[in-house]
Amino acid sequence: MDFLRPASWEEALAAKAEHPTAVPIAGGTDVMVEINFDHRRPEYLMDLNRVGDLCEWEVGEESVRLGASVPYTRIMENLRAELPGLALASHTVASPQIRNRGGVGGNLGTASPAGDAHPALLAAGAEVEVESVRGTRRIPIDEFYKGVKRNALAADELIRAVHVKKADGPQQFSKVGTRNAMVIAVCAFGLALHPETRTVRTGIGSAAPTPIRAEAAEEFLNAALEEGGFWDNGKIVTPSVAQQFADLCSAACNPIDDVRGTASYRRHAVGVMARRTLTWTWESYRGARRNIEGAA
Amino acid sequence: MRVNFTVNGRPQEADDVWEGESLLYVLRERMGLPGSKNACEQGECGSCTVRLDGVPVCSCLVAAGQVQGREVVTVEGLADYARQRSCGTGGCGTSLEESRQWQAKGTDSRTGEGTELAPIQQAFIDAGAVQCGFCTPGLLVAADEMLERNPDPTDADIREALSGNLCRCTGYEKIMDAVRLAAARQGGAV
Ligand SMILES: Cc1cc2nc3c(=O)[nH]c(=O)nc-3n(C[C@H](O)[C@H](O)[C@H](O)COP(=O)(O)OP(=O)(O)OC[C@H]3O[C@@H](n4cnc5c(N)ncnc54)[C@H](O)[C@@H]3O)c2cc1C
Repeated sequence: MDFLRPASWEEALAAKAEHPTAVPIAGGTDVMVEINFDHRRPEYLMDLNRVGDLCEWEVGEESVRLGASVPYTRIMENLRAELPGLALASHTVASPQIRNRGGVGGNLGTASPAGDAHPALLAAGAEVEVESVRGTRRIPIDEFYKGVKRNALAADELIRAVHVKKADGPQQFSKVGTRNAMVIAVCAFGLALHPETRTVRTGIGSAAPTPIRAEAAEEFLNAALEEGGFWDNGKIVTPSVAQQFADLCSAACNPIDDVRGTASYRRHAVGVMARRTLTWTWESYRGARRNIEGAA
Repeated sequence: MRVNFTVNGRPQEADDVWEGESLLYVLRERMGLPGSKNACEQGECGSCTVRLDGVPVCSCLVAAGQVQGREVVTVEGLADYARQRSCGTGGCGTSLEESRQWQAKGTDSRTGEGTELAPIQQAFIDAGAVQCGFCTPGLLVAADEMLERNPDPTDADIREALSGNLCRCTGYEKIMDAVRLAAARQGGAV
């Protein structure tokens, strides 16, 4: 094994072009487990910790450009207002020690259906900025996940950053597990209200071969909210609408039975989380509306 | 490969390090510092917790090559680290020789008297928070860092800060007591 230590982004891209089999290591919280357990013996290990700008983020007009290696701890501490869904999801990852090292770039690199960043990114709307010596491209998050632990990266590409839309409304993240820490999701659900476009977006984790959106559920809910004038009148979402939304979210799942839970439990739990996160976010949207109206 | 980094305030060098080796392995097997424990090797148990540039991490999940030029504090250096923090000066680090000889004995193994201990270590002894002792080093490093950041933690803060450290003797109540005690002493209340 060789250990590559690029000191800059350009050096990292050059190294990856020269050695396409090189395995990048950022926080190491996925890679080192595989090496410790002899599941992986890469020819080259490429340390990304020396590429400083991967640990930086920038808050822009519309979106946050989040460097691939920004640790979850930083996201929780600094981006709660701009990226509430991702900050909540980050807080449920593993433990402080893991959150101090691991980040979204590694979560996307592994592309596990159970990765907690994915439902939040899907719900918020995001693009993955990837680069190689051949050039840069931005992959919409919906097109990034290609199969169980497979993503859209080419062999010579690295993830530089993720561009996540700044929240224009309430967002929530919910996860089922046996305790509040150190839990790989049995299943997880992210939901974001987008009052500016009057749309709702979802993200489902651990209930299909890849992280997915519940698109039929979103379409149904968007139409029901529009039709009932809910965005304007701020009424509570009719329970039958919430239930139908929940059922459609369950139906979007394509889960398996495994040690953490059965397929039918996952389908059920996703429905429960869909209904709850819709209620929580809608309540907070109504609260914000009332405050604005009260002030006017 | 060769890795140069700072361990407990002193520059150290490790030779013939395998590229896939963890920081934990280098500390234990190459530097003779067995304080950081090797248990799960997958970041679940926290018994290998050390500080990397001040930040608590699982040393089993850091590749040795990643610590080149960086600073690591292990449980063996905790007393000196805490002393430096409280007086701001005078810390000269802990040599490998001193670290290897470290024992929680002193003149009285039950009170820790006569041994140089960090306040969090003394609090663990006083509160009876050590059972088999395997999880203790990781807990000490994690708890010490939390108290540095958050001198007046709530119980929820303590639980969260220690959520990545497992104690299979399940002595969590005494561990909570110890951290509360250290916090109270730090704040001058005891
Ligand atoms: C005890 C434990 C508990 C965990 N719990 C959770 C949990 O609750 N939720 C969760 O989502 N995850 C969890 N994980 C998994 C892991 O922490 C996350 O997936 C984390 O986001 C990985 O980030 P990292 O920087 O450590 O990745 P690394 O291990 O460094 O890399 C992961 C993968 O991404 C690739 N990669 C990294 N950076 C880049 C880049 N810039 N460009 C291209 N490829 C890249 C690597 O080559 C590798 O294939 C847990 C892990 C452990 C050890």
